[in-house]
Amino acid sequence: MEETYLSDFGTILLFLIGGAVFILIGLGASKMLRPSNPNPEKLSSYECGEEAMGSSWVSFNPRFYVIALIFIIFDVELVFFFPWAVVFGQEELIRATNGTWGWFSLIEMGIFLGILLLGLAYVWVNGHLDWIKPKPVIPQSRSKIPAEMYAAVNKKYS
Amino acid sequence: MIQNVFYFLCFLTLISGSMVVFSRNPVYSVLFLILTFFSISGHYILLNAQFLAAVNIIVYAGAIMVLFLFVIMFLNLNKENETHKSNLSKFAAVIAGGILLVIMVAALKDVDAGTYKAEGFDSQIGMVQNLGMVLFKNYLLPFELASVLFLVAMAGAVMLGKKETGERHF
Repeated sequence: MEETYLSDFGTILLFLIGGAVFILIGLGASKMLRPSNPNPEKLSSYECGEEAMGSSWVSFNPRFYVIALIFIIFDVELVFFFPWAVVFGQEELIRATNGTWGWFSLIEMGIFLGILLLGLAYVWVNGHLDWIKPKPVIPQSRSKIPAEMYAAVNKKYS
Repeated sequence: MIQNVFYFLCFLTLISGSMVVFSRNPVYSVLFLILTFFSISGHYILLNAQFLAAVNIIVYAGAIMVLFLFVIMFLNLNKENETHKSNLSKFAAVIAGGILLVIMVAALKDVDAGTYKAEGFDSQIGMVQNLGMVLFKNYLLPFELASVLFLVAMAGAVMLGKKETGERHF
C-alpha cells in the first residue's frame, strides 16, 4: 500500500521538479546566450515610455480589502463544496436510503449556501460592493438665451 | 527515502519561516510565508491528508496572502519611512514571544501523539470522499453552523471596511 502511495505523489513531485528544471534551463540558456551590457536607462522600470517617478507604494482604496475579504469567505465556502460534491451523487448511498440521500444532501447544501447568500445579499443591498463613483457635475449655463434656441440654430445649419 | 523528504521539508519550513521574520522588506516576508505554506502542504501530504494540503495551498497561499499584501500596502511599510523601533518595544516583543514559546512547550510536552498502526492503516483516510462521509455523518450540525460563522465573518469584514461618512478616499 505504501508503495502505491509513494508512487502517486512521486509523479506529482516529478512534475514539480520537471517544471522547475525546464524554467531553469530556459533562464540559464538565455543568460548564457544574451549579451550583457546594462546601463541605468535600461535598468529603469518601463512605464510606457514615461519617466518613472515617485514610489509605487501607495495606499490602496480600502474597498479592495472588502472585496478581497468577501472573496476569501466564498473561497473557504467552496472548500466545503468538494466533500459534498464527492458524496452527493454516490449510487450506493442513494440506493441504500431509497433515494432520500440525494434530497437530504441537496437540501443540506441548500441551507448552507442560503445562509451565505444571505450575507452576500446583505453586503449587496447595503452597497458595500459598489465602487465610489464620481458624481459628474453638469455645468449650468447662466446665459439668458434658452437652450432650445441653440438647438434650433444647430438644426438650421446642420 | 520518506524520512529524507520529511527532513528536507522541515529544513525548508524552518528556513523560510525564519526568513519571514528576518527579511527587511515586508513583501519578501510575504513571499517567504508562501514558501512556508507550500512546505507545510508537503507535510500534510506526508501525513496522508491530501485534501488538507490542497486546501492549504488554495486558501492560505492563494487568498490569505492577497490580504497580507493588502495590509502591507495599507500600512505603507516601505524602507524610507520605517521608524526605528524603540528598545522598550523590542523588549516587550521578546517577552511576549518568549511567553508564547513557554506556553507552547508546556502544552505540547506531554501530548500523546498518535502513533502509526500498521494493521489499521488506511491510505485513503485523507481523501476528500472520506471527509465528505464524515462531514455528513458525524459533523452535520457543525457543518451548517460553519455557514453562520461565515455569515458573521462577512458582515464583520464589511462593517470594518466600510467607508465612514466624510472620510477621505484615495
